[in-house]
Amino acid sequence: MAEHNSHDSHAHEQHGSLKSYVIGFILSIVLTIIPLVVVLNDMMGRTGTMVVILVTAALQFVVQLFFFMHIRETGKPRWNVMALIFGLLIMMTIVIGSIWIMLNNVVAH
Amino acid sequence: MAQAAAKHGHDHGHDHGHHDPQELKLLGFWFFLISDVILFSVLFATFIVLRDNTAGGPILSELIKMPGVIAETFILLTSSFTSGLAVLAMNQGKVKQLISWLAVTAVLGAAFIALEVTEFVEMIHEGFSYTTSAASGAFFTLVGTHGLHVSLGLIWMIGLMFQLKKRGITDVTRGKINVISLYWHFLDVVWIFLLSIVYLMGVM
Amino acid sequence: MLERLKEFASEFFVTGDPLIYGADVAIGITMITIVAVLTYFKKWGWLWRNWLTTVDHKKIGIMYIIASIIMLFRGGVDALMMRLQLAMPNMDFLHPEHYNQVFTTHGTIMILFMAMPFMFGLFNVIVPLQIGARDVAFPFLNALSFWLFFLGAMLFNLSFVIGGSPDAGWLSYPPLSELSHSPGVGQNFYIWGIQISGIGSLATGINFLVTIIKMRAPGMKWMKMPMFTWSVFSTCIIILFAFPILTVTLALLFLDRFGGAHFFTLDMGGNPMMYINLIWMWGHPEVYIVVLPAFGVFSEIVSTFSKKKLFGYKSMVFAMLIISFLSFFTWAHHFFTMGSGADVNAFFAVTTMLIAIPTGVKIFNWLFTMYRGRIRMATPMLWTIAFIPCFIVGGMTGVLLSVAPADFQFHNSYFLIAHFHQVLIGGVVFGYFAGLYYWWPKMFGFQLEEKLGKWAFWTWNIGFYVCFMPQYAVGLMGMTRRLSTYGWDTGWWELNFVSTIGAFLMGVGFLFQVAQIADGIRKYKTLKASGDPWDGRTLEWSIPSPAPEYNFAITPRGDDIDEWWEEKERRAKGIYPPEQPLEPIHMPKNSAIPFIMSVFWFIAGFGFVFGWLWMAILGLAGVGICMIARSFSYDTDYYIPVDEIKRTEASLRGSV
Repeated sequence: MAEHNSHDSHAHEQHGSLKSYVIGFILSIVLTIIPLVVVLNDMMGRTGTMVVILVTAALQFVVQLFFFMHIRETGKPRWNVMALIFGLLIMMTIVIGSIWIMLNNVVAH
Repeated sequence: MAQAAAKHGHDHGHDHGHHDPQELKLLGFWFFLISDVILFSVLFATFIVLRDNTAGGPILSELIKMPGVIAETFILLTSSFTSGLAVLAMNQGKVKQLISWLAVTAVLGAAFIALEVTEFVEMIHEGFSYTTSAASGAFFTLVGTHGLHVSLGLIWMIGLMFQLKKRGITDVTRGKINVISLYWHFLDVVWIFLLSIVYLMGVM
Repeated sequence: MLERLKEFASEFFVTGDPLIYGADVAIGITMITIVAVLTYFKKWGWLWRNWLTTVDHKKIGIMYIIASIIMLFRGGVDALMMRLQLAMPNMDFLHPEHYNQVFTTHGTIMILFMAMPFMFGLFNVIVPLQIGARDVAFPFLNALSFWLFFLGAMLFNLSFVIGGSPDAGWLSYPPLSELSHSPGVGQNFYIWGIQISGIGSLATGINFLVTIIKMRAPGMKWMKMPMFTWSVFSTCIIILFAFPILTVTLALLFLDRFGGAHFFTLDMGGNPMMYINLIWMWGHPEVYIVVLPAFGVFSEIVSTFSKKKLFGYKSMVFAMLIISFLSFFTWAHHFFTMGSGADVNAFFAVTTMLIAIPTGVKIFNWLFTMYRGRIRMATPMLWTIAFIPCFIVGGMTGVLLSVAPADFQFHNSYFLIAHFHQVLIGGVVFGYFAGLYYWWPKMFGFQLEEKLGKWAFWTWNIGFYVCFMPQYAVGLMGMTRRLSTYGWDTGWWELNFVSTIGAFLMGVGFLFQVAQIADGIRKYKTLKASGDPWDGRTLEWSIPSPAPEYNFAITPRGDDIDEWWEEKERRAKGIYPPEQPLEPIHMPKNSAIPFIMSVFWFIAGFGFVFGWLWMAILGLAGVGICMIARSFSYDTDYYIPVDEIKRTEASLRGSV
């Protein structure tokens, strides 16, 4: 049994090299600085700024998924990926659905 | 799916049907994190819907102090990186380095919390408190829930550092470190969205 | 000092109602009796070792089911009280305030403390056995889930005699549920009882997802899994994504009440509609959570008692997965009339209609399974056959309700009440009863007698139709829900009177079930069941009844759909599986932490309910200490040696 386990954990060891963590770190920094610069210097109109903010956030999320959370690992089928995708879908439903429904339900504020 | 089952079928004589408990725990924790994504989604949705309901009180955009927020962001991001370095050390079997990097991560995390508490206290002094309006309550709950997650993570991390000191790197402690590092990365991802939706969209 | 104590007691304990004083006495006597019996028979150790600290899924399942039946009793009594009050116009049996408390507790208990635990009980007892596993993925977490449910339910039930019951409906809409309109502690009991047991529900969802994904027997591919297990899988997907929504929404309501926040208040920018939006985002998936396992039960029973493979296995699987998915896109149909606008309503009306389709597919498949089968009308099959027409009608009235403009007429009338009771009773309750009857012998080692079972079945069914069919009519005649009384001039009284008779018939049905169980326990030696009393088709029937602690001495294979049936066919032809050597079996140790942690959650909840911060903090600190203790505990497993397995197998299989 011990053999069995360390066999599995050897497989897990493959992921994550110093290189991938450093690249992920640098990419994250860049993707943080871009929206900060755009917003704090008032560089774009409202819609443009929002797009930059959301796109860089989404990209940084993907960077962290790949470089920090090693989502490419673990054998098929990738239960964590499927659950994540479904979770993101529900997240969008909750946020966008609430915004849409509450547009018609505004109170005096 | 079938592969996992087939693998065991071929491993006759090998604890038939015994599954790597650490693998199970990691998958279970991943599912828990997804449920936490939903939890934050509801808080985000509430914040977005109520962000303009300021009831004549102070407005968030006027109170945000970006230097502090930027500092918090880079501190948390760096702590996410150092937690990765901790896992690297673990995979190389270097328990002392592992504990050291975890300690650095925890210190950075504590610095994040300290900055956030300061931020909150300043806002409260300016009349923007939890009970001021729907908007203020939504802000403090959303950001505060993240802060609570970080704080609980710190306590957990310290506990694991003690366990590592006592038991070293075993299959079980390895599994625990994988779980907490996943948790820590997740919290940084949530922060990315907090920064974007609460702070950046707040001051733009 | 005495004056202050008296004043405190008069607020703390619920006073002024003979029914409640009676309950106080009953509770007191019951608790004293239990302590006395345990002490006299020296069973405290037994209770602690076998039940309070167990992590065995079979025992946990039994505890869930026992608790749910007790809650069925309380929720049912609530129903009977309401029906008594409504039997005639201008009745004075329940005053309006009491009536509000009764319908609130009725709904909350039936859905959250009866249906959910009954369901989790069936998950626990059966899923590991069906997939050939020895326990769930996380046995400790499993125990924690149960005790969180139990203590959460206890907290909620306590409100009846201490502090006062909640009275703002089972979903507790603000602003009625806010401090401004509900200054008492009843709402706090509601919030904390549900929050605490809700944590347990989410944990169970995660537990069974990992169990089904990772712990199936060798050879058991996804499309070979029993249909009940598929239904559990689909359900847990919903649980994972829906329960966090409930947790946050109730937490926000509590922050409003306790912390002075303004999420859903009428002032300072609060928006009560956001609560309604969020609570139904959980609430609609919730009803699919409770119904999908019932569908799973029916699939098992239909094929077993038609002696025929389930028709359309693949489409059954996809139907359930589609239902899981779509259930997250229909929630606004619960508040069509609350001003969200035509485009919102139109979207959700369409999604609601869509979700009826996969259910229809399943019903056809059940019918096609029965067609040309060799049908045996045992009790489980009776409930299954009764479910089909009942649920079809209930489902159809759901489609009527989904037409948003029409819903402006139906919403919150008795038409709505009749619809949801029909699908909940006809679908969920009938399904869980069928499952209980079907798997009873596996759980307890003896069968329940058919005769009393048939009496229970007929009184329940006739009672159901007599109770609820008039409610459709009286709803269309204008009677709204949550009405504590009505006048002679409404023209509603005859139908209400008939409905009350039906309700009491269902109560009689429940008494027959209790009698059947009591009688069965009394005569259990003569009713002993083999491992396979129904000539079943799936793996749970391949082991003795009740199952041994480790479930399977040798891990089975699961290569075919209805694997056990195929195995029996092979054995009939003289083909036996090869002898396999026994190996020591890896088992999880008992743990006191789930029980103790849940008690601390109860203490914390109690403190929050009454606003006693010291108690709340003490409770939460206790929870934290338990979690740290668990993190530091490494001695959590043991092995059952081979000769003990041999002895157990010999004694169980020898006597059958």
